[in-house]
Parts: sequence; C-alpha cells; structure tokens
Amino acid sequence: MARTAPVLPEGLVVVVKRECATCQMVDPVLAELAATNIPLTVYTQDDPSFPPSVISHHDADLSISWHYDIETVPTVLKIENGQEIDRTIGWSKENWRNITGVHTLGEELPDMRPGCGSMSVDPDIVDALRARFTDSPVISRTIEFSTAEDEFEAMYARGWTDGLPVIPPTRERVLKMLTGTTRHPQDVVALCPPDLVELTIEKIAINAVMAGCLPEYLPWVIAALEAVCNDEFNMHGVLATTMPVGPVIVCNGPGTRAIGMNSGINTFGQGNRANNTIGRAVQLTVRNVGGGRPGEVDRATHGNPGKITFCFAEDEERSPFTPLSVERGVPQGVNAVTVFAGEGPRCVVDQLARTADELVNSYVACLLTVHHPKLVIGFDAILTVSPDHGRVFAEAGWTREKLIEEVTQRSLRPGTDLVRGAHGMAEGVPPHLESATLPKFRPGGLLVTYAGGGAGLFSSIVAGWANGKIGSDPVTRVVTA
Amino acid sequence: MASITILDPTNESKPATRELLQRPGSISGHTIGLLDISKPRGNVFLDRLEERLTERGAKVLRFAKPTFTKPAPVDLRHEISTQCTLVIEALAD
Repeated sequence: MARTAPVLPEGLVVVVKRECATCQMVDPVLAELAATNIPLTVYTQDDPSFPPSVISHHDADLSISWHYDIETVPTVLKIENGQEIDRTIGWSKENWRNITGVHTLGEELPDMRPGCGSMSVDPDIVDALRARFTDSPVISRTIEFSTAEDEFEAMYARGWTDGLPVIPPTRERVLKMLTGTTRHPQDVVALCPPDLVELTIEKIAINAVMAGCLPEYLPWVIAALEAVCNDEFNMHGVLATTMPVGPVIVCNGPGTRAIGMNSGINTFGQGNRANNTIGRAVQLTVRNVGGGRPGEVDRATHGNPGKITFCFAEDEERSPFTPLSVERGVPQGVNAVTVFAGEGPRCVVDQLARTADELVNSYVACLLTVHHPKLVIGFDAILTVSPDHGRVFAEAGWTREKLIEEVTQRSLRPGTDLVRGAHGMAEGVPPHLESATLPKFRPGGLLVTYAGGGAGLFSSIVAGWANGKIGSDPVTRVVTA
Repeated sequence: MASITILDPTNESKPATRELLQRPGSISGHTIGLLDISKPRGNVFLDRLEERLTERGAKVLRFAKPTFTKPAPVDLRHEISTQCTLVIEALAD
C-alpha cells in the first residue's frame, strides 16, 4: 500500500533525533565515520542542526522514517545498489562495527545502549503519517464541512446518526480502523438491506469509527453484518416489521475477553465500549449504507432501545452450558457472533427455587408469555441464565440440551387452550390446531445463553420476531481477522 | 473552528451537498419572510418586493439582522423558520 519510497543514497544512512540520549551519545561516532571514505548520510527527525558533528538532512515530514519503517533511533541502514542490505538499531558497538566495517569505531563508548522511539511511530502522529504516505484504496467520497458548521450538528442534520453524537469519520480515523482487519477495504461483505447496496469493508470501517469502535472490534462488526445481511436473517423484514425487534448480537469465543467485552454485571446495559459500539456500528451501517431508517423502511410501532445497540458476550468461563456458538456448529474456542431478531430483555424473577425442577417451571411460566400466552411455535426467544440461576442447573447436572428439553415438555399445551377464542381471547392459534398438543417453541427456537452479574436470582428473556421463512432465523458467523 | 473533511458513511446515492427544496408552484397563500441584512438601502429593495409579493397574494413579514457582518442570531433564525414558509434575504449597497 505504500507509495514509492524516497530513494536512499548509497552507503550508510543513519536516522537520529536530538531528543534521544543515545543519538547524542553516538555523535562522536558519526564524526569518526564522516572522516572515513564511506559515504554517510544522516537524517535528523526533530532538530535540523543535530547532530553537531556532521551535516544532516532534516526528515521534516518523516517521509524517510515512515517509508523505511524506522521504529528506533538511532538506526543505521546499509544501502547497496539502492537496496537495504543490513540495518542495526540503537547503539551496539559490535553491530555498528560490523555494519560499517570500521573495527575501531566508538572505542570510548559503552558496548551497548538501547535507542529511543522513532518520531514516525509516535502514537500522536502515526495516524496522520499513515494517511499522508499510504496510497490507500479508500475511495469514499469526501465531504468537507465549512468552518462555520459544527461537524457534530452537521452529521446529525444529514441523517447519519441514531440520535446520539457520532465520531467524525476522518480519513485518519478510518485508516486506523482498517488496521483492525486484514481484509481489503473494497472487499464486498454483503448486499446491505434494505437498498441492497454493496457493503464494503471501507464503509463498515467508516460507520465503526462513527459508532466509537476501536480497530480490534472491527472483525466483530464485519461478522455481525455478514450475519444480518442475508435471506435467513432477513434484515429487510426486521427493519420493515411493525414489531419492536432489531439485531441482538451474542458474541462467543476467547476474543470476547481479548477485546474487553462485558459478560458480567449489567451485560445488556451501558458502560462497556466493545458491547455498545459493536452493536451500534451494525445499526449505523444498516442505516447509512443500507438506507434503513425509522419512518422510512423501518416501520416499528414502538421499536425498542436495543435498536441503538444490543450486543453482549457469553460468560463461557463460568457457564455450566456449552457456548451458544458451539451449539450452533462452531468449534469450541473459535470466535463467532450469533444474531437474533429480538426485542428488549425482560426479567424472570425466581428467588425461591432451589432445585432445577422448580426453576424450570418458573422459566416455562414466563416463557409462555412471549408475545402472547396463546401464540406458540411462531416466535423464538433467547433465554439468558444468570450465574445464580446457572448454579442451580449446574448442581443438578443439567446440560443445555436437558434444559431445553424440559422447557419443551413442560410448555406443551392442548390446542383447546390455545385456539382462537379460547379463554375469552380472540388471539390464538388457527382452528385446525384445536386437537393438537403444542410446545411453546419450535425445535431450535429457544437459544440458551449464560451471562450476567454474580448476584441476582434472575434470568432474562429476549423475545423474537416471526421465525422461519416468513420472518427471521438466527444466524451464526465465525469472526475472522 | 477549523473546517473538517470526513469520508461519506452512506451509499453515496444522494449528492454530497445538501439538496435544494423544490420551488413552490405559486407564492399565493405563503408567508414570506424578508430578511434585511442591514446594509444601506436594503430596505428600499425590500419595500418594493413587499409590494409586489403582497399583490400576488403572499403574506409578508419583515425581519432584520442586527448587522450584516455577522450571521443571523439563532433566535432570529428560529423566529423566521417558525413563522414563514419562504424567505428572501436581501443584499444591497
């Protein structure tokens, strides 16, 4: 991606800066080298008058330092026929003598002293250097706000936000975001609903910047978008429905801990950057690239606050159950996201159950109310078991499969209870199911997860949207770098 | 505040600059704000405009900026935007 690097002169090239004590220490060595017939070129990063003993070139824009990956000063490069054939960093008497061929060099100096950081890797300026010197394949249209415009107001006015402020996606910030993935900025991830626009890594990175993501979150955002932008998840329908659902993102794998996701106290709530910005980046991308905006394609009657962001990790280390991703076919230890078209979470209170048998009865009673007690099979749900409740199942030796099987069996209801008109409620299943016996959920329709703080005899239910071909199916995708 | 350049987060199907609103087919029935930016003789121009617009069935409200050298105060912009459906800003010298 680098532009053609400036050509270095033949012979020895040394990069130094005044601010570095080791560079100051090697000044007499540079004078010794200058006195030989070896061609010597010294580049100084900060003070053009440094070093005092030799004439130097000022690498004022750090172009030499950037293009030749100078991470430490002093660095000595040996150039032959325009090619670097050797380099040494810091001060090592032995290495300097070897690379220069001057075997009496630096007699007075200690054997070794480490160098200092090059200005070209200073965290405060490295993003600007990357933007200046990289022929980046970033091709998005640029938009300049006038000096009289407040950029935060301008971005809101253009309809690019979820109602909360977003970070201005400058080229520097977007290029930095792109360091979070090995994928090419113009790779097309999916066709993004509802407008079915080719969704590139670059556009995702721009929206991830706006959402407040760090570069290491980007692969998770990409995977979540791959998971929502397809016919199975049906993001178009999830937007267009009048029901209050949006993509709920469940993250699994060791990477959740590496990027600092919260699977503990307040896991669904505010305060954790990774949880909140990954979910937000997905929604901003669908809004800005796909064109999915409330009042347009998004027709939700009430919506829910999770449509700004709803993303959490499973606490796999403490969970008595296999991770959700493993249940859905991803090998243990592999990072993955599962997306679910869900509404906001609701609490299941049972502070008295001490046996798995009692607790699952409470779960079933609450799960039966998902959307309507007389509607079954057509809606999926996520059940998030808390550590206090999880312990009850762990002590009873219940696996995920056992828990789901018990919920299924105990939720069976006769069609006479569910049919339209029964119990004085018009809502219900169609008349032809009157003689059937039906469980609350279809096979695979209950997604058990484990997360939450260490205190609280509560679990949580996230109800879904219409499932299957007429609605949305949960989708799992592996997260790749 | 320095100007800032950002990368377009959208699918770029709309122009980068904000689009102009459609021109009204007729001014009859509209409330038109005439904003005098307080340059000399701007009022002469606006007085004549007011006559012509009123003849054509528009209601005219007059506003003036305190000085032409600075942007219109927020309250004035708010007043115009809530009271008027069209606005004409006059420059004169």
